[in-house]
Amino acid sequence: MEKLLEMKEICKSFGTNNVLKNVQFDLFAGEVHALIGENGAGKSTLMKILMGMYKKDSGSLSVLGSDEAYTNPDQALKAGVAMIHQELNPIPDMSVAENIFLGKEKRKWIFTSKKEQEKESKRYLDMLGIDLEPSVLMRELSVSEMQMVEIAKALSYGARIIIMDEPTSAITEAEVEKLFQNIKMLKEQGTGIIYISHKMDELFEISDRITVLRDGQYVFSKKTKDLCPNDLIKAMVGREITEIYPESKSKIGEVILKVKHASRKGEFKKIDFELRKGEKLGIAGLMGAGRTELMMAVFGAAKLEEGEIEIGGVPVRIQSPKDAIRQKIALVTEDRKRYGLNLTASVEDNAVSVIESSLSKFGFYRRKLGRKAAEEMISRMNTKVTGMDQIVGSLSGGNMQKVVLSKWLLNDPDIIIFDEPTRGIDVGAKAEIYKIIEELACKGKGIIIISSEMPELIGLSQRIIVLHEGEQTGELRGKEMTQENIMTLASGYRKEEKE
Amino acid sequence: MKVLSKNSVMEFVKKTAILWVMIILILILSVISPSFFRGQNLLNIIKQASITGVIGVGMTFVLITGGIDLSVGSVMALSGTMAASVAVAEKNMPIALVILVGVGLGALCGLINGIGVSYIGFPPFIMTLGMMTIARGIPLVFTNGTPIFGLSEEFNMIANSRVLGVPSLVIFLVITVLAGHIILSKTVLGRRIYAVGGNEDAARLSGVSTAKVKLFVYVFCGILSGIAGILICSRITSGNGTVAEGYEMNAISAAVIGGVSMTGGSGNVLGMVVGAMILTIIQNSFDIMGVNSFYQNIIKGIIILLAVFLDLRGKKKKN
Repeated sequence: MEKLLEMKEICKSFGTNNVLKNVQFDLFAGEVHALIGENGAGKSTLMKILMGMYKKDSGSLSVLGSDEAYTNPDQALKAGVAMIHQELNPIPDMSVAENIFLGKEKRKWIFTSKKEQEKESKRYLDMLGIDLEPSVLMRELSVSEMQMVEIAKALSYGARIIIMDEPTSAITEAEVEKLFQNIKMLKEQGTGIIYISHKMDELFEISDRITVLRDGQYVFSKKTKDLCPNDLIKAMVGREITEIYPESKSKIGEVILKVKHASRKGEFKKIDFELRKGEKLGIAGLMGAGRTELMMAVFGAAKLEEGEIEIGGVPVRIQSPKDAIRQKIALVTEDRKRYGLNLTASVEDNAVSVIESSLSKFGFYRRKLGRKAAEEMISRMNTKVTGMDQIVGSLSGGNMQKVVLSKWLLNDPDIIIFDEPTRGIDVGAKAEIYKIIEELACKGKGIIIISSEMPELIGLSQRIIVLHEGEQTGELRGKEMTQENIMTLASGYRKEEKE
Repeated sequence: MKVLSKNSVMEFVKKTAILWVMIILILILSVISPSFFRGQNLLNIIKQASITGVIGVGMTFVLITGGIDLSVGSVMALSGTMAASVAVAEKNMPIALVILVGVGLGALCGLINGIGVSYIGFPPFIMTLGMMTIARGIPLVFTNGTPIFGLSEEFNMIANSRVLGVPSLVIFLVITVLAGHIILSKTVLGRRIYAVGGNEDAARLSGVSTAKVKLFVYVFCGILSGIAGILICSRITSGNGTVAEGYEMNAISAAVIGGVSMTGGSGNVLGMVVGAMILTIIQNSFDIMGVNSFYQNIIKGIIILLAVFLDLRGKKKKN
């Protein structure tokens, strides 16, 4: 088989920080080679070296028969190396065809040839089996469709190597199937795919080989069929995580939150559920099922159009996050960079942001009190920071999430809603977050967990309610909580119909 | 230990870089032109910088939330001219009430800006652009375009007197800057102003009434514009609808040179004051040296770009 890529003894350091130490990686034509490792293991640095965004310090590299490293991503793309980023950056007000041909417009003199671009785009889209009109604006597409357009764009450059960085982190189960079909098709055409992901089941389904990095070092490359998930976790973490989900020991008490007939037009309809003290309630559903929207409404960030909320048996009106905070509700949001943190501010500023008015006297913020409170909570969460003045934007995903948790826990909430609590967080930090969730439940807090990772949802929850397109399709407890049952309900079959 | 102290010195110099730029500028100019470095002239510079400084405080607040207020200069003209008209028409009116008219009009304009931005959803640029045009038109209509003269001694004293040898304009500047600095750095409100500029969604989900915070900064900026409007009319001893044209740009320039981010979330009042001083020093020294005032514009523009360039580089290095 033809070797598309060979990287040997790659070293890279930033200042005194050695990010890559003698790392090797290769790729054959028609192969899916997964690259895995915890956050900070050096995966993205390695890929950035390949794409010409960083320069390697030492080591040898040979791509598509050339020993010259690329000096910028544009050059890499034109040579046939394309990267599908985790966060897609389309130009929303341009059409699909214009996005595909961005930077290499088909032109007639100084004018772009719209017709020709659309015709050719259609060809690439057909190749991927996507039913999309090239003249549609990117704005109107779903995340998965945008991703497909990115792949079509890679095809339009005749890419031989495609790097996919966590391609399934924002798309639904059904769309993942579609993506995998396309990956298989690309393989057959002799394209090599570098696949970066945290999700075990995917790796075993789609990859041919897996390379593991840990702390900037190469651990191993092995055929996927010779591996099992435990091998990978062990290799990534460097130790064995036998029980990643802590055993549930919390005592379930009286009802603390009751939501009755909650509705919001176009988002969710007539949702009823209860949450008890010390209980961990999971909310399952596909993307767009209304899970986040429902919780945003319970938290007062969106208006509840119909329905009632009772807290501790008393009906309450929650019209803003401020009201919710007063009722001792906390919402650990899905996208912590966008909704959870002020990335330009310090650890302390973020940690005290919910409680700062209670730390003040006559409107003046008492810095000493704030610092002390922040310091205590940040260290209790075992957060790795250089100090309270460190800018939050420079922290890793796991540590950012701990700052978000600190911010909420300082307010001593009774009800804590976790929306995708471990998205983009490495295995080690995940286990820590799970432990914190369990500890909170043991203290009698009511916990709600939304997660798209089913093992996580099943591992953490004592009870799961499932939503499908805004409607509650069922509730699962104990042994009923299996991936199959959740999927059946999440894709719209009600329990009654199934029986 | 030695390395650490060296680092902290570097950190200090970086943080106060713009102050050092000003000091170096003063030193160079003192060598070139001996009449520059005289107590009287230096006090004069502060006096010249004071009106820009006062509105600069308001502008800094607005910029930190990620907004902008283009109406500052026009609101100055509106407030100053209307206060002057009232003072001339009602000779017996106590001066405090005259000031209240000016400040009240400024606050009203700020309130309208704030409601437009926070509750209706106009982009700050558009809302305050509209207000800039409207507030410029009203005093011109009201006075029919003719300046108002014959102001009372009391009115003219506001900006042209001295208290214990210190020009009253400088006192206005110092009080405004201190108040602004304390609000931003010591109060919960100040922290929320930064939080809104840093990440509005996150602030709202942390229980901050982001709309009220934004409303406050525009009203605050309006009030300071009202005060500045009275100061400028008092200083030139007339009310005039064409006064203070382009002052919003002076305030924005001062803030930007002083390290206030146009995207919100960072900056402070003290930096802005240094920025205002640098702008005035250039103007003052060029006047002393007899350089054509057209050159001043060119130099001012270069200084703004240079200051932001250094700021950008500093940020890139951190990452």
